[in-house]
Amino acid sequence: MSRDRTESVLYDLPGPRARRRALVGTVLGLLLIAAALALVAMRLADRGQLDAELWSPWIDPSDEQFGAVWGLVRQGATATLIAASLAIACSLVVGVLLGVARMMLGRVLRVPVVLFIELFRGLPVVITIVFVWRAMVELKVDLGFLPGEAALWYLVIGLTLYNSVIIAEILRAGVLSLPRGQGEAARAIGMTERQTMSSILLPQAFRVMLPALISQLIVILKDTSLAAVIGLGYLELLRRGNQISQVLDNPIQSLFMVGAMFIVINFALSRLATYVERRLSHSSGSASAAEAVVPAT
Amino acid sequence: MEPVLDNLDLYWSGFLRSLGIIGWSLLGSMVLGTVLAAFRVSPVASLRAFGTAWVTLVRNCPLTIVLFFMAFGLPEVGVNASFYVFGVTGLVIYTSAFVCEALRSGINAVDRGQAEAARAIGLTFGQTMTQVVLPQAFRSAVPPLGSVQIAMFKNSAVVGAFGVGADLFSVGKTLTSAQGYAYIPVLTGVAIGYLVITLTAGVLLGLLERKVAIAR
Amino acid sequence: MRFTRTKAAVAAAGLALSLAACGGDDGGGEDVEVAQDAEFEAGTTMAEIAERGTMTIGTKFDQPGFGLLGLDDVPEGFDVEVAKIIAGAMGVAEEDIEWKETPSEVREQVIEDGDVDLVAATYTINEERAQRISFAGPYYVAGQQLMVAADNDTISGPEDLADNPDMKVCSVTGSTPSENIREYLANNNQLVLFDVYDKCADALGNGQVDVVTTDNVILLGFVSESDGEFKLVGEQFTEEPYGIGIEKGDTAFCEFINETLADNEDAYIEAWERTAGEVEGTETPELPEPAECA
Repeated sequence: MSRDRTESVLYDLPGPRARRRALVGTVLGLLLIAAALALVAMRLADRGQLDAELWSPWIDPSDEQFGAVWGLVRQGATATLIAASLAIACSLVVGVLLGVARMMLGRVLRVPVVLFIELFRGLPVVITIVFVWRAMVELKVDLGFLPGEAALWYLVIGLTLYNSVIIAEILRAGVLSLPRGQGEAARAIGMTERQTMSSILLPQAFRVMLPALISQLIVILKDTSLAAVIGLGYLELLRRGNQISQVLDNPIQSLFMVGAMFIVINFALSRLATYVERRLSHSSGSASAAEAVVPAT
Repeated sequence: MEPVLDNLDLYWSGFLRSLGIIGWSLLGSMVLGTVLAAFRVSPVASLRAFGTAWVTLVRNCPLTIVLFFMAFGLPEVGVNASFYVFGVTGLVIYTSAFVCEALRSGINAVDRGQAEAARAIGLTFGQTMTQVVLPQAFRSAVPPLGSVQIAMFKNSAVVGAFGVGADLFSVGKTLTSAQGYAYIPVLTGVAIGYLVITLTAGVLLGLLERKVAIAR
Repeated sequence: MRFTRTKAAVAAAGLALSLAACGGDDGGGEDVEVAQDAEFEAGTTMAEIAERGTMTIGTKFDQPGFGLLGLDDVPEGFDVEVAKIIAGAMGVAEEDIEWKETPSEVREQVIEDGDVDLVAATYTINEERAQRISFAGPYYVAGQQLMVAADNDTISGPEDLADNPDMKVCSVTGSTPSENIREYLANNNQLVLFDVYDKCADALGNGQVDVVTTDNVILLGFVSESDGEFKLVGEQFTEEPYGIGIEKGDTAFCEFINETLADNEDAYIEAWERTAGEVEGTETPELPEPAECA
């Protein structure tokens, strides 16, 4: 990140007048933001949304519902993390297979792989999840051999279909971002295509990919909450928040807390991604090359 | 595919409704994202902080929760509109953070000599940005911006799951849960609708990228 | 919204009550009768369940008054209580019941797949469903109605909806009421669908929608919590008999359920009064005449 450099390059080193102007601007901006927040707070207070009884089950340990609320949150967060971990693990395996297949198969054999990738890359993930769920039910696919409830696996499979093709693309970009000499040298010393891929290109690509993978985990974490919207019946964090708000009738407060939890977890992960990226960029080329292919939305 | 063919008119109106959501969100998120990007590089510290806070909060929050807040939070602070407007607003807010970051990476990619030269001939920050840096930043930001917007096209389906009603995804729900059609053909129709949108957008983006990829 | 506070207070009171009840005995809660020496003809579903001593029952987790998952992670409501009466008659105590969430879309499926022994989930008996599963009961007959803001004088019945195409009508995705109302609407855009009725009520309070429609008992719950903000208009324009969903063709089980309900009318009435019947303005139902088990 070259933020500081860019920022300073956009304007001159401020002189006394410019500094004063910037200061005035800063203060005015702060006042404006404070005024907007105050207005929101006043409106919320008017509507009784800041009343203690709506918040205390969430924030007051002496409230009799506090324990139950946080117990449910813990279960919901666990369910969210389980779904997200399974989804990222499956996506990684399938994604690497897809990516390698796309790079190594011949022109004709590659076609179904490319079609698969384009298909699931082009579909909204919420549609994919609903499709997987309903199609498996309609075709009576039995997931009983897998641990955990079926709803978890519908979610995981749906998320995997989408995210594995993204990972395949990240992997391909990672390999392409390596210096050509790497592959050429490997072949020059007599390695086969497969050896070149598995012992020279992939290990380096993985290093380059790591930050992008962490970013993808954020995407997956966020997308687990789609289960609550489509009525899948998997009790993840957002659904638990809805459960709590239905009993206590405090949707604003519950959504605020659940949203804050997602933000905290994802923010920590995004910092981790940045940190890893910075560490890697000391040793190897362009870690952001892979990330640029697929913005983590 | 009978359920699809029997209800082509419903699919078509749903398709148009989705395109409407997408069109407004595209416009809104580009405008808001550009303003935010300008905030994030501005000399005014409070604006920078605001931009950073916005991006950090919005980017790490699931779209579902952003949409919930639009539909049930905004009315509580006295803002009232239809669910359609709330849905689009939510999608605009969510996408704006990603647009802002794509643009900022574009600004970073503009050669620093450009800004230096602009300053050297006496342009102010505003002039430097609007006349020199942003036009070039948009150009180099086309690929990431395009991906962000295509992702938004797909996210519009989530808005459909939120009671906006009558968009492509809702049509699928209506036909299956309401009229008892089998899911697989109905959802295949929905999926085709979205694929038409995203694949077309992908092709257009490719053309646009080639057009703006001038020798540098 | 003013009515939210009352509702929270009601919920808190309810929770305190149930906590008190839990303190009183071994966690059994309400006094549903559990048969100690239930005997059944071998090979029947009842014999199998009595032998097993446990049950899996499908219900809603998000339907206040009928099946709402509480903070203690156990569903509460009229459907839940009715199911407990049936389970008790086979010697299954409530702590031996596993509750499974069955949203509208999956009810037939879980019965066909044998994931549950029965489904009690505001399950309207109709022909289409009866082709895949069998219904015992009905144990309750609801009717669909309209709820509007108290100051709304435009809508006085479903017939007025088509004349006011700007008015939004809210219901729940995939529910029978959301389908019944369609024929009264000017176009599909008039219908707003959510996952739960709570959101429809919030939306009505915010002015996001103008009408909420579903079964009258559910609406009455919102009216009583709204402190006069909402009102019901028009007559009930449908009849929605709620049945117990069981495996297709299990006539013996169906008859057993009907007999059990008939034998436990007191428990049935008490169950109502403790759950959906707590809402002001509801009438305690009489157990409807059961339909023929086929």
